[in-house]
Amino acid sequence: MMLGEITLGHYLALSTLLFLVGLAGVLLRRSLLIVMMSLELLLNAANLALVAAARFKGIPDPQVAVFFVITVAAAEVAVGLAILVAIFRLKKTTSAEDFASLKF
Amino acid sequence: MEQFFFWSLAVGLLAAATSVVTLRNPVTNAVCLVVTLVFQAALFITLEATFLAAVQVIVYAGAVMVLFLFVIMLLDVKAEARRPIPWPKVAAVLVGAAAVVAGVPKLVAAFPAAREPLRWSAQSSTFGAKELGALLFTSYAPLFLATGVLLLVATIGVVVLCRRDPGS
Repeated sequence: MMLGEITLGHYLALSTLLFLVGLAGVLLRRSLLIVMMSLELLLNAANLALVAAARFKGIPDPQVAVFFVITVAAAEVAVGLAILVAIFRLKKTTSAEDFASLKF
Repeated sequence: MEQFFFWSLAVGLLAAATSVVTLRNPVTNAVCLVVTLVFQAALFITLEATFLAAVQVIVYAGAVMVLFLFVIMLLDVKAEARRPIPWPKVAAVLVGAAAVVAGVPKLVAAFPAAREPLRWSAQSSTFGAKELGALLFTSYAPLFLATGVLLLVATIGVVVLCRRDPGS
């Protein structure tokens, strides 16, 4: 089964693994830059699952969803990095530990 | 053929993604992220999503990565490399990840239809720019317009956030 035909399950498993790697990055890394890169990995894992589903069902609609995800991700990165630059000007650091002033 | 491409691309994708999360130098992380995104584009091609593969390379590997590299250059982040690794947290996340990985085969087995092999060009299901464009400008036209507004608002927001002197 492992080296047999490639099925939808293979792509979903790969998507799950990619999501886990990204999630580990979001949870473990302190640098906000790396956290944002890990967020991109999470979005890409979801995209992979969507495209695999589109191929499996033979419909283009999930690919349109991926198109929107890529667009919104680009906007998200732009705004997130702008906030990061603004915070860096204020505190001279990009480590998440130093932004705990709102922590309850 | 499908097997060779899937397995080599999958291994490359996961290796590059792991380097994004584990390596310490932000520039190396960014370059590894580019490699990850290009591998993802190649996987899109194996899934016969040629237009999305092109969009992935242009938007993600092109525009988004230039943003990341510019910000890395702007911030000059090097100092965070010397912090102790939080081993208890790492262990907890690894255990959680292992539990999820152990559950994946059961999850896949829950969908018997997912066992059917995805052969290349088994049916004509290649969606290029033509098919996606037809959908985008008919059924999804309101969403498409909303995305345009979103990008405009994001651009204005970035300009406002990055202004040197917010007071004047």
